[in-house]
Amino acid sequence: MSVQTASDPGTRVKRAPGSPASPRRRKLSLGQRIWRERWSYTFIVPGALFFLVFAYVPMLGNVVAFQQYSPFRGIEGSPWVGFANFNAIWTDPEVLTALRNTLIIAVLQLVFAFPAPIALALLLNSLISDRVKRMVQTVVYLPYFLSWVIVISVWQQVLGGGGLVAGILDAWGMSGFDAMTNADTFKVLVVAQNIWKECGWGTIIFFAAIAGIPNDRYEAAAIDGATPWQRTWHITLPALVPVATLLLILNIGSILTVGFEQLLLQQPMVGANAAQVLDTFVYFRGVMGGQWGIATAAGLLKGVIGTILVLASNKLAKKMGGEGIF
Amino acid sequence: MATATMTRPGKAGTPPWMAPPSIWVRGIKALVIVLIVITMIYPLVYVIAMSFASPSQARAGVIFPTEFSLDAYRAIFNGGTVTQGLSNSLFITVVGTLLSLAATSMLAWGLARTRQVPGAKAVLIMVLATMFFSAGIIPNFMLIKYLGLLDSTWSLIIPGLISAFNMIVIRNFFQGLPEELIEAARIDGAGEWRIFLQIVLPLSKPVLAVMGLFYAVGYWNTYFNALLYINDSEKWPIQVVLQQYVLAGVQIPGAIVSPDQPPPPGVTLQMAVIVLATLPILIVYPFLQRYFTKGVLTGAIKG
Repeated sequence: MSVQTASDPGTRVKRAPGSPASPRRRKLSLGQRIWRERWSYTFIVPGALFFLVFAYVPMLGNVVAFQQYSPFRGIEGSPWVGFANFNAIWTDPEVLTALRNTLIIAVLQLVFAFPAPIALALLLNSLISDRVKRMVQTVVYLPYFLSWVIVISVWQQVLGGGGLVAGILDAWGMSGFDAMTNADTFKVLVVAQNIWKECGWGTIIFFAAIAGIPNDRYEAAAIDGATPWQRTWHITLPALVPVATLLLILNIGSILTVGFEQLLLQQPMVGANAAQVLDTFVYFRGVMGGQWGIATAAGLLKGVIGTILVLASNKLAKKMGGEGIF
Repeated sequence: MATATMTRPGKAGTPPWMAPPSIWVRGIKALVIVLIVITMIYPLVYVIAMSFASPSQARAGVIFPTEFSLDAYRAIFNGGTVTQGLSNSLFITVVGTLLSLAATSMLAWGLARTRQVPGAKAVLIMVLATMFFSAGIIPNFMLIKYLGLLDSTWSLIIPGLISAFNMIVIRNFFQGLPEELIEAARIDGAGEWRIFLQIVLPLSKPVLAVMGLFYAVGYWNTYFNALLYINDSEKWPIQVVLQQYVLAGVQIPGAIVSPDQPPPPGVTLQMAVIVLATLPILIVYPFLQRYFTKGVLTGAIKG
């Protein structure tokens, strides 16, 4: 194969004009190279400007974390207060509640929602009938594409007070069921909603990894007398480890970001004590409450910690012999 | 094949080493799968069915309605608020998707030849980095305010015009296009824009279709940005309307079928709004679904 491609005249002709090996090209100065590719910049510049304005310029807005900012005075007119906003965060009981809720939900997600797609992928993969497998996949992928507003509205109609389950329990003499406003079980509910919406879609990446396992490994194991369970444990699962590590890194990086829209929508129903997380705190305190400085400081701190966590877990994964993201 | 001896009498296409599991294992698996499917699909089926329930059955509350009526939908379309929300969302989705596809594929084509174009690599890294950080809610709000986009429908389109992830997927596809074809057009004297519009884009229809569907779903599901940027309820997209009427419990104004008839029960109205907000997703879902297994998306995660 490789001999054929190397001696194929078509390949050589194709490579010559653009390749850096071409002697004429190498002599071009930077200015000449830019001029030669001038048309390329008509494609690049608009998109680059877009990212500059909508992803990088807003970063500068974080300076209001060091100000007693008010929208009327603007960034130029608001007084600088140094780290006062950051100091205020530590003594604010609402921040501590939000932080506690965020961490509890994040840990529950990591323990229950993270392994769920792996389990589901293994279960579906063990099905012999391809038709059944595809049918189940069609069903479990669907909720991923529904917005959180729709998902929570649907859950409300099923598990809320006056919903389907409440109606059934009522008929059996148990009244007052309402899983959607129960503050004690709210965190479990959040994880359950998350699994319902994302678990099916999450299997896709694991299916891709499973598809990459050569069949002869299973064949050889079967000939050596490995049971289906042993084949799953010793062949399929190890093949999923790199992908799982990658997802784990991303998950740990976003440990302070738990389902923003999901919680924002449900907070009025269950109350801030159970449903306030860092992101909703930023929204309610800053945009709604007008305390821009403190809210921005909390958001900035959260972003910085998140970035450090991604970099650290990436490093750790590499150190442990795995593959990182970058 | 050496494995021929292992073949069991089974369905064609079954791998020879896969012995059919015992009846118990199969039974448990079937049970688990049926439970999963019911959990996923029944809530949606229930909401759709109840939106068509007759008023008496809706008030009584049933597991599945047997008498049907279209009153809820009639009332909603008479009311106007939901219709306004749907048409706002339709505008955002159609215009947003077209602009997003144009902007994303342009940037992807510009960045497809990073080695030849000085500076392209730097731009690529700058774009990729945005996948790992975000400026935060308040700085984004301040930018939109500064740009004068508050209370404008464009605030729901422009900030999300290009997704770095989608750009990478399209760029990967462009890089796989046959170089000879593009080189030949160049030799024949076609301008770069003409090559892009008449050769590159037509060849990339499959990937543009998938990315277009993903953008469309994203625009249709826009909620938080609208909550943040849009005060005028006339300009709300359907998701905000849905949240107001179903979760916040605001009465739908003008929801009357006819003056001499009592309005349909609130439950069916709410269910009908949910169905209307979900319908477009259900319509495009079969098209989306065809591409899931093709690995268009999974290959692009490592930039």
